Amino acid sequence: MSELLRDLIFDYTLRNVALGSALLGIVSGVLGSYAVLRRQGLLGDTLAHAALPGICIAFLITGSRAQIPLLLGAGIAGWVGTMILLLIVRRTVLSEDAALGIVLSTFFGFGVLLLTFINQRDDANQAGLDKYLFGQAAALIESDVIIFAILGGVALALVLLFYQEFKLLTFDPEFAGSLGFGTTKLSVLLTSLIVVAVVIGLQTVGVVLMAAMLIGPAAAARQWTDRLGVMIVLSAAFGAVAGVVGAVLSFTEERLPTGPTIVLALTVIVFASLAFAPARGLVWEWWRRRQQRRAWALEVARLKAEGHVR
Amino acid sequence: MTHAPLFEHAPPGTPVPAVSLRDLTVAYRETPVLWDVDLDIPAGSLTAIIGPNGAGKSTLIKAALGLAPLAAGSVSIFGEPYKEQRDLVGYVPQRGSVDWDFPTNALDVVMMGTYGRLGWIRRPGKAQREVAMRSLEQLGMADFAHRQISQLSGGQQQRVFLARALAQDAELYVMDEPFVGVDATTERAIVDLLRELQARGKTVVCVHHDLESAPDYFDWLVLLNVRIIADGPFAATFTPENLSRTYGGRTHVLGRLDHEAVAREAQEIELRI
Repeated sequence: MSELLRDLIFDYTLRNVALGSALLGIVSGVLGSYAVLRRQGLLGDTLAHAALPGICIAFLITGSRAQIPLLLGAGIAGWVGTMILLLIVRRTVLSEDAALGIVLSTFFGFGVLLLTFINQRDDANQAGLDKYLFGQAAALIESDVIIFAILGGVALALVLLFYQEFKLLTFDPEFAGSLGFGTTKLSVLLTSLIVVAVVIGLQTVGVVLMAAMLIGPAAAARQWTDRLGVMIVLSAAFGAVAGVVGAVLSFTEERLPTGPTIVLALTVIVFASLAFAPARGLVWEWWRRRQQRRAWALEVARLKAEGHVR
Repeated sequence: MTHAPLFEHAPPGTPVPAVSLRDLTVAYRETPVLWDVDLDIPAGSLTAIIGPNGAGKSTLIKAALGLAPLAAGSVSIFGEPYKEQRDLVGYVPQRGSVDWDFPTNALDVVMMGTYGRLGWIRRPGKAQREVAMRSLEQLGMADFAHRQISQLSGGQQQRVFLARALAQDAELYVMDEPFVGVDATTERAIVDLLRELQARGKTVVCVHHDLESAPDYFDWLVLLNVRIIADGPFAATFTPENLSRTYGGRTHVLGRLDHEAVAREAQEIELRI
């Protein structure tokens, strides 16, 4: 245990992986809170899938696997996907879930097509793009972590700045509109910040598991509190803990894949929260029902004994 | 904070209407929801907007507040476009339009009423908190200030929404079906609030569905069914002819106007259509 702790601080690889995963957990925990409360949990899934063709196109243009152009490509594609999504919802009769499905499958299909095309080329540089499908946190290096910290820092600063506005938008968009807060602008800003979270997550947990990083921490945090601020902080903490635990577990001798391990750690937190959280947890609910039944039975028995009820 | 209401400076005899709609048409994909609406709602009135389901009542107030896209026409609030008069308008949306499981308490929701004046980025402080507390008190909800909003009854939630509008400290209050699904205590609280607002010179416009209670609560009436069917002082407008034209034209009430009979008839018709 203490050896693990020492590695966490001094082992270059583990330190980067743990830091990168924790940063992802914090950013996706914060932004996921808004996504979950706005009932847009699957938006992150769509954005993550939509990012894949962006990565491929960026690679085809630059011909290298340099980090920043690829992430930029991912971000742009995710953002374009969002705008198309908003357009479909606004301009057609299709509902949001249909629009999410259309954007997700079209962009992802195109991405896989490009990935196959790249893999078939005779290019020594090609290998490794498919790591964005399932993530490869073990390959995180210091420069990645620095990029994550900058991106995440900007996203969190904006959330802090527009905390009131985002709260109002999430709770009552119509009222927000009547007060003159541009709800379309706010929505676009919030969704763009989710794109940032997705960009951070692509390399770590990958396209396929990114949705879990947005939904999991927030869903778990909602169980424990009735205050938005507390929920957001708790969600960030859950995300960070899952990130670090996942990273450390994947570094034990079994050499588990980091992304899926992070998501599994998160799943444990989610299930524990669903079951044991006070007031909203299932166990608590069961206990309360039992107490009620008991009190009721006792009352009936008392009435019977006193002769009020036969 | 007090605002000099513009209408007070208008020359006597020509008061500026609180709400003025000109040639307003709103359509959702081809189908007109509101057709060529011309309407003036006088300042200081307690106005009910009444009409059958799908008549465009909610759309009318959303259009007036810039929340529905206009296909044609214009809106002015106390003589100016809505954009410039936002601070004069308090809005109470339908209670069912939000998720009451949102993680927040009653006081926090009411404080949202102060965000408009605060503007972008500025955080509410002690002053806003006090305004919100006073608004909650006025609706008999002070004891519930720190209650999670999902633990409030439907009527209490409605009062929280009304308190939020009060915290806006407006001249014109626009309410979408505030009486729907509320208990007797809340209904009384709303009626008291409406009267008090009127006594303070404010204007209130309510979308209302209950024809029976309407004559007791309001003094100005707008009958709407996609078009404006009739509008004017309540008693003069609440006639069987007007109501039957609003609700489909199948009532045959003769003789002296019996508000209750008219109300029952109209509601029966509404059920059929």
